[in-house]
Amino acid sequence: MKLLRLKPGHGDVLLAEGDPEVAEDEERLIEEFRRQLDRGMWAAVPSPEQGGRREATMVRDFSEVPRDAARVIFFPPAAGG
Amino acid sequence: MASSVRLLARMHARRARRERERPSPAHRWDPGRELRAERRARELMRTVVSPEEYEMYVEFGFIRILRPAPDLQGAAYGYLIYPHRPIVAYDAETGELLSEYCVRFLDGSEPALGERLPAADDVLAKWMALHGDERALITDANMHLPGRQLAPAHVRRDLRRLEAWEARP
Repeated sequence: MKLLRLKPGHGDVLLAEGDPEVAEDEERLIEEFRRQLDRGMWAAVPSPEQGGRREATMVRDFSEVPRDAARVIFFPPAAGG
Repeated sequence: MASSVRLLARMHARRARRERERPSPAHRWDPGRELRAERRARELMRTVVSPEEYEMYVEFGFIRILRPAPDLQGAAYGYLIYPHRPIVAYDAETGELLSEYCVRFLDGSEPALGERLPAADDVLAKWMALHGDERALITDANMHLPGRQLAPAHVRRDLRRLEAWEARP
């Protein structure tokens, strides 16, 4: 699983990577996940293609991330423009 | 009289938008960096959205999302997602423009790089937020009648181009 963050001037940046089934990795992923949410970031989990369609799910806690998710993408929170 | 008031309001809105979008003094514009960031953002987008949506972005610079009618027979309405511009909602059957949702994803964590995501990342953020929690995104956005920031004629032209593109053999 990769935790990515969308950033100005960069595109996506890799924040952490690991196997959530490995305790040490999971701890690191959870720590980074919480750090990003504490900074106000939103988190989305893109889902694999199904019948030509793709979706994404917003998550607010690491426990909501499917164990087999390949990526969690963080991005700044929306604000009225 | 009414038209000059509208004109004045539009001028004020345009000026306010320019002020908001003006880079901070600390922000150093680097076209090479921005181009690389956009390429990277497109690569990520390609792996997240459907192939058709990605093609749409490359071809037109926006992505269209359709939302189903309550009876799940066809689409009720759609959104056009433009980079760094409002999301435009329209009636999927008639093409009538319904509203503009002004929403921004600003990141001030590295002032030297500016606050705006690369264009493809901005579209992707809107796409993920609309799929993931449409109601929350629409609630956070400022809703306006069509024409506030995007010329309705321009949006209608985009819809026509999109229709022709989708009808291609």
